Amino acid sequence: MSQYVLRRLLIAIPSLLGISLVLFVVLALAPGDPFSELATNPNVPPEVAAALRARFGLDDPIYLRYLHWLSAMAHGDWGFSFVSRMNVDQLILQRLPATLYVIGSAQLLALLIAIPVGVYAATKPYSLFDQIANTLAFVGFSLPTFFTGILFILIFSVTLDWLPFVYTTDIKGTGIRWVLEMIRQAIMPVAVLGLFQAASMTRFVRSAMLDVIRLDYVTTARAKGLGQAKVIVKHVMRNAMIPVVTLIALQMPAVFGGAIVTEQIFRIPGIGSLLISSILSNDTPVVMAVTFVFACLVVLFNLIADVLYGWLDPRISLR
Amino acid sequence: MLDKELRSMIGDVKDGRMDRRAFIQRLAAVGLTAPAAYQILAFGGVAMAEGPSVYKPTKRGGGGSLKLLWWQGPTLLNPHFATGTKDQDGSRLFYEPLACWDPDGNMKLVLATEIPSTQNGLLAADGKSVTWKLKPGVKWHDGKPFTADDVVFTWEYIIDPATAAVTVATYRDITVEKVDDLTVRLSFKKPTPFWADAFVGATGQILPKHLFAEFKGSKSREAPANLAPVGTGPYKFVEFKPGDLIRGVINPDYHMANRPHFDTIEMKGGGDAVSAARAVIQTGEYDFGWNIQVEDDVLLRLEKGGKGKTIYAVGGDTEFIALNFTDPTTEVDGERSSMKTKHPLFSDPAVRKALSLLVDRESIKKAIYGRAGRTTANFLNGPEKFVSKNTSWEFSVEKASKILDDAGWKPGADGIREKDGKKLKIVYQTSINGPRQKTQAIVKQACQKAGIDVELKSVVASVFFSSDVANPDTYAKFYADIEMFQIPMSQPDPAQHMRRYHSSNVATKENKWQGTNFPRWVNKEYDATIDAADGEMDPVKRVALYIKANDLLFQDTVFIPAQHRLKVEATANTLRPVISGWANETDNLFDWYREE
Repeated sequence: MSQYVLRRLLIAIPSLLGISLVLFVVLALAPGDPFSELATNPNVPPEVAAALRARFGLDDPIYLRYLHWLSAMAHGDWGFSFVSRMNVDQLILQRLPATLYVIGSAQLLALLIAIPVGVYAATKPYSLFDQIANTLAFVGFSLPTFFTGILFILIFSVTLDWLPFVYTTDIKGTGIRWVLEMIRQAIMPVAVLGLFQAASMTRFVRSAMLDVIRLDYVTTARAKGLGQAKVIVKHVMRNAMIPVVTLIALQMPAVFGGAIVTEQIFRIPGIGSLLISSILSNDTPVVMAVTFVFACLVVLFNLIADVLYGWLDPRISLR
Repeated sequence: MLDKELRSMIGDVKDGRMDRRAFIQRLAAVGLTAPAAYQILAFGGVAMAEGPSVYKPTKRGGGGSLKLLWWQGPTLLNPHFATGTKDQDGSRLFYEPLACWDPDGNMKLVLATEIPSTQNGLLAADGKSVTWKLKPGVKWHDGKPFTADDVVFTWEYIIDPATAAVTVATYRDITVEKVDDLTVRLSFKKPTPFWADAFVGATGQILPKHLFAEFKGSKSREAPANLAPVGTGPYKFVEFKPGDLIRGVINPDYHMANRPHFDTIEMKGGGDAVSAARAVIQTGEYDFGWNIQVEDDVLLRLEKGGKGKTIYAVGGDTEFIALNFTDPTTEVDGERSSMKTKHPLFSDPAVRKALSLLVDRESIKKAIYGRAGRTTANFLNGPEKFVSKNTSWEFSVEKASKILDDAGWKPGADGIREKDGKKLKIVYQTSINGPRQKTQAIVKQACQKAGIDVELKSVVASVFFSSDVANPDTYAKFYADIEMFQIPMSQPDPAQHMRRYHSSNVATKENKWQGTNFPRWVNKEYDATIDAADGEMDPVKRVALYIKANDLLFQDTVFIPAQHRLKVEATANTLRPVISGWANETDNLFDWYREE
C-alpha cells in the first residue's frame, strides 16, 4: 500500500512540472503586458514602463524566466505581483479564507441536500417525490451560476431588500452579530453554488443507490427481516457512497473553478476573483501561482481518489 | 478679441474693480472658466485666493462610516507606483499633496498655506521658480512632524530612475530645495507656465521621509509602507487587501478645522460598473460608486425611486476617432504604417473631411452617452478657456457625398466609391467595450450610405492598450485606417496632452512604437505652435496658442471627436461629495460630508 502511494506521488511530480511548463509558456506567449495601463497615460514616460519591464525580468527569454520561476518556487518563493508589488503567497493567503468559507459552505449545503434527497428518491424510484427531485435537479444544473446569481440578487436584494449583494470581509460588530452578518452575506453565494452542486450530486447519489439497491445481498438482508431503515443506511448507503466520495473528491478542484463566476458576481474577495482581475491586468506571477494551485489541487485530489480506490479495492494497488 | 477681453478683465481685478469670484464667473459666461484661471490672475499680477468651500459640518467626526465602491479596487497604495487612477485614489485617502483642484478647477490648498503668485512673491515673474510655504504643525499619522525635508525627499525618491516611479515625468526636470523647515523652492530649467504640477493633485502626494528613506531606488518594492501608508491625510490607515478592501479611521489630529466628517472610511473593490451603480443608487448598500460607465438608459431606470443618483463632473476627456496618415497595408523595411508611406485614401483631404461629416455625434450622444456626453468638434475640450470657439461640426451624408463626388470619388458597380483604381474601403478598429462597438455601428451605417465601405475590428482592451512590441493590434502600431478610443486628460493643463502630436513623437518601429503621435501626422506649424506654447509665460497668449493647435488638428481632420465625455459617479442622496473633472475622485475627500 505505502509503495503504491509512493509510486503515485512520484508520478505526480513530473505531471506538475509539465503543467507548470505549459502554463508558463502559454502565459508568456499571451498578448498584453502588466504595464499596459501606463502606456496610455501621457504623464508616464515610456522609459518608465520599459525600466519596469526590464527590472521585473519581462524582457528575458521565456526559458530563462521559467527556470528562474522554477528555482524560486523550489525555494518557496512564489514571486511578487507586478500590479500590487506584494508577495504572491501573501496575496493568495489573504484571499483564501473567503474562498474556503464560501466553497466549503456550498459544498456542505450540496451534501446536505443531495444525500437525503438522492437516497430517498432511490428508495422510491418513479414515485412523485422522485419525479419532482429529478426535475428540479435537471433544472438546477441546467441553469448556470451567473444566471441564478443575478436572479437571486434581483429577487432578494433589489426587490425584497433582504440580503446584501456585496460581500465584505470587513464586517462591523463582534461576537454573535458578526457571525450572523457573516452568515447573512454568504446566503446568496452559498445558495447559488450549493444548489448547483446539489443538483448534479443528487442525480449521482440516486443512480449509485439504485445500482446497489437491486443487488442480491440487499434482498437477502431484507429477507432476513431487517428493517427498511437499517437496510438502506447500513447495507445500501455504505456501498453506494464509495463512488460518491470519489466523485466529490474529483469535483473539488472544479468547484474552485466554478466559484470564479460566483465570486465575481457577489464581489467575494476570493481566489477566483483574484485570478480574474490578475488575468485582466496581465499580472503573470499571480495568474501563474493561482492556476498552479488549481493544478496542484487537481493532482492532489486525483491522488486522494486513487489512494481511496486502492484502499477500497486492494486489487488496484497491486497492479 | 479673446486676448483683449481677458486683459481688460485682469486689469479690473488688479485695480479692484472686479473681485476674483466675479472674474471667474465672467470667464465662465464667455466659456472661459478654467482650473488655471487662477494661474491667469497670478501671472497677471493678482494674488490668488482659494475657491469657496462647500463644507458645512461644524465639528470633526460624527458622520459615521463612509462606504465607497470602486469597481476596480486599488491594488497598491504607493501613489508613485500607481498603474491607474484607482491606485492614486486609494493612496489619496492617506497621503496628501500641497494643493489640489476643486470642481471649478481652482487651486485648493492642502498642505501649503498660501497659493503662490507673483504678488506674494512666491512665484518668480520669469516663471522659473515657485516657492511653497508649508502648513506648520502638521503631523504624519505616526506623530512625526511634516517638514520641507519630506517634500524634498519625495522629489529625490521619484527622480531616482531605479525607483521606477510612474510620476517621474512631472519631477525629473525640476529641482527642489529646502529653504527652511517650512519652505521649499521648486526651480524649473525654463519658464514653466503650468507650475502647479509637481506636488499638486494625485501625482503630487508626499511621502514621509522617515519611512521611505531606506527604500529609495532599487529597494523601492520592499518598503513596508507601500502596503501600510502613513500619511498626513484625513483618515488613518487600518487595513489593505489589494483589489478588495481599504479601511481607514478618522485622523483626530487632522490639520483642517472641523474635518473630516466621517469616523471611518471603507473602499471596496471588485465587480463591475452596473452592479456598483445598483449598490449605490438602487439598494443604497454603498454611499458612493466610482466611474459609473453605464448606459444612460440603465442609470435612469435605476434612479427611479432609488436611494441615490448620478452626478457629473466636466473634464477634458474626449472619445475620438484618429485617422492614420500612413499606409497600414504596405510594409516598408518590416514596418507597416511606416513614415515612408502615405495613406492611399486619406492623403486626399476631401476623404478626411467627408469622413468627419459622417460621424453623427448627436446620435452617439442620444443612443449611448446620454447625460455623460457632449457633442464637440474639438480635440481639446478643456479646461474651458482652452476650448476653441472657431470650430463646428455637422452630420450630413449629402454633403459628404458631394465632397467626395467633387473630389472625383465616383461610386463603382458595387456602390463603393473609387478613384484611380483605389476603393474607399477602410478598417475601423477600437477596443472591445459596449459604447465603442455601438459607436462603430452608427459610423459604419452613415459611411455605407455615402459609399464608403467600413470593416469593423475590435481588439481586447488588454491587447489594444498594451505596449507589447510583438503584437500587431495595439493602438500605437495603428495597423488600421481609423481607430477610436480616449486618452484621459489627467491635468487641468493641455501641455502634455497636446505635445503628444508633435512630429518628434511619431510612433515608429525605431522607438518600438513608444511614440505618442500614433496618427503619424506631421505638421510644421503645429510643432512650432506647441513649442511656443511650452515656454509662453503670458497666459493669454498661451491660451491662444493651444486653441490654434486644436484648430490645426481640426483643419487637417487628424481626429474626429466622437464625444466629450464627462465623469459619472453614483452617490447616495444624502452624501455631498466634492468631485472635480480635473482631479481624482478622492482628491477633495476632506470636504465630503453627509446631510441628513
